[in-house]
Amino acid sequence: MLIRLSAAIAALSLLTGPALAQGAKPTDPQIAHIAYTAGVIDIAAAKQAIDKAGDKDVKAFAQDMVRDHEAVNKQALDLVKKLKVTPEDNDTSKTLSKQAADKLAELAKLKGAEYDKAYLANEVAYHKAVNGALETQLIPSASNAELKSLLQTGLKIFQGHQQHAEQVAAKLK
Amino acid sequence: MRPGRYLPVMAALLFGMIAVPAHAATIQITTTDLVFAPAEVSAKVGDTIEWINKDVFAHTATARNGDFDVNMPPKKTVTSVLTKAGTVEYYCRYHPNMKAMLTIAP
Repeated sequence: MLIRLSAAIAALSLLTGPALAQGAKPTDPQIAHIAYTAGVIDIAAAKQAIDKAGDKDVKAFAQDMVRDHEAVNKQALDLVKKLKVTPEDNDTSKTLSKQAADKLAELAKLKGAEYDKAYLANEVAYHKAVNGALETQLIPSASNAELKSLLQTGLKIFQGHQQHAEQVAAKLK
Repeated sequence: MRPGRYLPVMAALLFGMIAVPAHAATIQITTTDLVFAPAEVSAKVGDTIEWINKDVFAHTATARNGDFDVNMPPKKTVTSVLTKAGTVEYYCRYHPNMKAMLTIAP
């Protein structure tokens, strides 16, 4: 569990680590890419959970994740189109995607209640890590006001998801 | 079909139609960017709440004490009638960080 948790945090800590060291702030096109990628990752994890989860509350939670993250990402796409910004791939996005793929493979091996618990634990840790990155790096670095505002809405949504995941996880025990 | 038999029913319906709206109010509560507004509302039993969801996300207005659970689809308005008095804290099941208060007088 701790290993999985640290993977998500390690990826996001790249934001404060070498990838963006020397005072380099992520640019708006990079921020848009990171935020979108973070959503795509959670949708992929949720789709796996819809297939694999045994508990109906866990399945319902996964469906909520797909619905909300698709809605946020649709808004993000509409915004970058409007602003004529092309999201720019970067080391943080790449590391996030790589570690998420490893995580999916790891979770794929689990079954039943063991899977349900691991999926929720990862959801809590992942949303916590994303929220930390949004609060300390992405929101303060965003220069466009509309992008900043969308990230702030995203933060509220993801904080809600974190609490929701914690509640569903607590009921499993 | 003797009309006389239906008179008491008709009278009750008419009375009901006239009597109820005279007291009941319609109150709007909106969700914008994951915030219920107003955060505190006072109402009476029989009042109608118009739940206006301005977000692109689905929300719920779920009473902590189980008195009501209203689904609020994205960009839609739904209504519910208050049937029970009390001071009710409610939240969104999908985003439990969304919380507000409804005080319902008898």
